[in-house]
Amino acid sequence: MQSFWRRFFGNPRVMLSLLWLSFIVAVAAVAPLLAPTSPFAIVAKPFSPPFGEFLLGTDSLGRNLLAGLIYGARTSLLIAILATLAAVAFGTCLGAIAGFYGGIVDDLLMRLSEFFQTIPSFIFAIVLVAILAPSGTSLVIAIATVSWPPIARVVRGEVLTIKAREFVQAAIVAGQRDMPILVGQVLPNALSPLIVTGSLLVANAILIESALSFLGLGAPDLMSWGFQIGAGRAFLRDAWWLVTVPGVAILLTVLAINLVGEGLNDALNPRLRDL
Amino acid sequence: MSDRVLAIENLTVALPPWADRAHAVDGVSLEVRRREILCVVGESGSGKSVMAKSVLRLLPEPHVRVTAGRVMYGGEDLLALPAPGIRAIRGGRIAMIFQEPMVALNPLMTVGRQTDEIIEVHTSLGPAARRQRVIEVFADVRLPEPERLLRSYPHELSGGQRQRVMIAMALALEPALIIADEPTTALDVTTQAQILRLLKELQGRHGTAILFITHDFGVVAEIADRVAVMRQGKLVEQGEAQVVLQCPQHAYTQALVAAVPSLSPRQGMPSRSASVAERPLLAVSGLSKTYTGRGGAFSFGRRRVPAVAGVSLEIGKGCSLALVGESGSGKSTLARCIVGLERADCGAIVLEGRDVAHLSRARLRPFRKVLQMIFQDPFASLNPRWRVGDIIAQGPIVNGTPRRKAHAEATELLRLVGLDPKAANRYPHEFSGGQRQRIGIARALAVKPKLIIADEPVSALDVSVQKQVLELLDQLRRAFDLSMLFITHDLRVAAHVCEEIAVMKDGMIVERGATVDVFAAPRHDYTKALLAAVPGRDWSRGAAQ
Repeated sequence: MQSFWRRFFGNPRVMLSLLWLSFIVAVAAVAPLLAPTSPFAIVAKPFSPPFGEFLLGTDSLGRNLLAGLIYGARTSLLIAILATLAAVAFGTCLGAIAGFYGGIVDDLLMRLSEFFQTIPSFIFAIVLVAILAPSGTSLVIAIATVSWPPIARVVRGEVLTIKAREFVQAAIVAGQRDMPILVGQVLPNALSPLIVTGSLLVANAILIESALSFLGLGAPDLMSWGFQIGAGRAFLRDAWWLVTVPGVAILLTVLAINLVGEGLNDALNPRLRDL
Repeated sequence: MSDRVLAIENLTVALPPWADRAHAVDGVSLEVRRREILCVVGESGSGKSVMAKSVLRLLPEPHVRVTAGRVMYGGEDLLALPAPGIRAIRGGRIAMIFQEPMVALNPLMTVGRQTDEIIEVHTSLGPAARRQRVIEVFADVRLPEPERLLRSYPHELSGGQRQRVMIAMALALEPALIIADEPTTALDVTTQAQILRLLKELQGRHGTAILFITHDFGVVAEIADRVAVMRQGKLVEQGEAQVVLQCPQHAYTQALVAAVPSLSPRQGMPSRSASVAERPLLAVSGLSKTYTGRGGAFSFGRRRVPAVAGVSLEIGKGCSLALVGESGSGKSTLARCIVGLERADCGAIVLEGRDVAHLSRARLRPFRKVLQMIFQDPFASLNPRWRVGDIIAQGPIVNGTPRRKAHAEATELLRLVGLDPKAANRYPHEFSGGQRQRIGIARALAVKPKLIIADEPVSALDVSVQKQVLELLDQLRRAFDLSMLFITHDLRVAAHVCEEIAVMKDGMIVERGATVDVFAAPRHDYTKALLAAVPGRDWSRGAAQ
C-alpha cells in the first residue's frame, strides 16, 4: 500500500491536478466568504471589462463574473459528486448482484443496463430534466440515470472473475452467507477499477451538468459555469471573457479529474505501465 | 572442444530494480555438446527459463537484460550479433519449444501453414517442396494422418498433438540445437511420457543437441544425458545424469533429490482395521454431474459434458483416499460436488449417516463443520485484502464461535502449521507459496472438521516445499484423526500420502483398492498405463532399494 501512495503522488501530473482540484474544492467550500455578493445580484453596469472595478468584470446584466465563477464551482462540484455517488451506488448494487447470481438475474439486469445504454445519454438527460422540471435534484437524478450502466458493467465483470477465485469458494465452504461473501470478500477486491471508473465519471458529470445549464436546463436558482457560458455566448465578440473564463474553469477541472483518474489507474495497476 | 554446439560463458542477466534479487542469472557457464540432452533443473525462480531465453535474445528488454557473458555458437557470440544475424539463427539453427503449446501456436492459422512459414522464411524452397517437407516432419513426430492435420487449427488438436506440432516446427530446418522450456509440464502424465519418448528418439535419429529446462527430477531421470542444477541464478552442480541423480554432491541437489516422493506405496495405518466395521464417515453412491454448456453462436441445442458419471466411494474414519486421474477426468468436479460447491444431478452423498447431496446451501451449513476443503492455488485461495488471522478465524466465527476465542484459536493453529503466530496480523501477499498453503491448511482445520478434501494441494508448489507441506498434512492427520480425500494427478504424491487409492477416468472410477495392491498389481489397463508413465520410475525404484 505504501508503494501505491508513492506511485500516486510521485506522478507530477497527479500532483498538479490535485493542487488545482483542492483549490477548486476550497473555493467552493467557502464561496459565501469569498464572493461579497450573490452571483445573481446586479452590481455594476453591464460589460465592464476585467481588471477594472471587478477582477473579472461583469456580464450582460451587470452581474459580477467572479462571484458567479465561485458559486459555479460549488454547483458544478456538488451536482457532479452527488450524481456520481448515486450512479456508483446504484451501478455497484446492480452489477454485483448480476455478476454474483448469474443466470436469469444477470440476463435481466444486463438487458436493463443495455436499454439505458442504447439511448443517447445526453438527449436522455435532457428529456429527464425536461420531465422533472429543472432543479438541482432533477439534475442529479438525470446525470445519475445516464451514468450508472458503465459502472454496473465494470462491477459485474470484476465480480464474475473474483467469484471464481478460490478464496470465495473457501468462504462458501466455511458456511458464510451470500451477502457477507459479496460485501466482505468480493466487492473489496473489485474496488480499484471502481475507483478509477468513478473518478472519471465525476469529470463526465461536470460536462453533462454544464451542457444542460448551457441549454438553460440547469437549476434556475443556482449559478453554474455552463449557465455563464450560455448567457455569455451571444456576446462572444464584444465580451470574450464572459465565455472564456468559465470555459477554462471547466476545461481545467475536467482535465484535472481525468489526470487524477488516470494516475489512480496507473498506481493501482502498476504492471500495465511498467511492461 | 570440437563437439560442443553451444557454450554459455559467465552469463549474467540483470533483473529490474523492483525485483527481489539483482540478477536472474548470475555468472552461469554451461556447454551443450553434440548428440546430448542437457537438462537444466531448478525450482521456480531459479533463473533457468531466463537463461534459456537469453540464448535467443528473447528477454523482455529493457527490464531484464544481459549485463555480462557470452553465448558462443559456431564461433560467434549470439549476444553481439546484429538483428538479421540472430533472426537467421532463431528457428534455423537453434529452435525453441515452449511450455504451453496452445499459447505458442497462432489460433487463427492452420498448423500446416505455421510450419510452412518457418521453412519459407529460412529457405528458398518452392511451395510444393515445402509442403513435402512439412508432411515429412509431421510424420517424423508421429502425428497421425499428416496430410489431413496440415489443415487443422490448433484448437482441433489435443494437447499432446499440439506439442508434437511444436516439435515438428522446431525440427523442420534440422537445427543443431533445440531449446525446450518445460515442454511437458502442461501435459498429462501419459502424454508426457509419449512426448519424452519421442524427443529422445528424434534426438537419437537426427543427432540434435537439446537443452531441456525442467523442474521435475523424474523427467530428468527419463531423458537427460547430463544435468545442470540451478538455484537462485547460480549453477550449483553439473555432471553426468547418472552421477547427479544417484549420488549428488552439492547439498542443495541432495535436498532436491530427497524431496522427490518415492513411488513406494504407503502402508495402511494400523488403526484402520478396527474402523472398517463402523459406518463410513462419507459414502458417495451413484453420483453423476453433467455440465450443459451453451453451444456456439451458430449451433442449436446444448452441449452435454458428463463430468462425473455414477461414482461411488467410501471413506472411513481416519482413512485417506487418493483420487488420481488426468485432467478432465472429473476428479475436481467430484470434490466440488461433495463439498457442495456444485450440485450433483443424481446420486447420494451420505455424510455421517445423512444424505447431503440435495440440501440447499442454507441446510448444508451445519455440515460445513464436518467437511472442509484445501484448495489448489495458494495465491488465489486467500483473500488478498484480509489479514491472515481473519482468514483463519472466518469459519469458526460464521459457525458461532465468539470473535475473541476464534482469533486466539487462529493464532494457535498458525503455530501448529509451523508459522509464526505474529503472522495473524499480516496480509497473504507477504508469504511464499508454501507458507500460504500452510495458512490454507490452518483455515481448513479451524472448524475442527472430521474430513478434509484436498484438491491438488501441492501441485502448485516446488518440490522441496511440496515435501514439507505433505509432511505437515500427514502429521496433522495423525494428530486430529482426520479422514482425507486427496485429489492429485501425481502418482508419487498419492503413494506418499494415502493408503487407499481410486483411479478416475472419464468421470468414472476404474479401479480402487489399497495403494500397495494397486501399485503392485494394477488390474485396469488405464492404471497400468498411468503407472508406466510416471517419469523416472526406474530411477525411483533404484533409489528406494
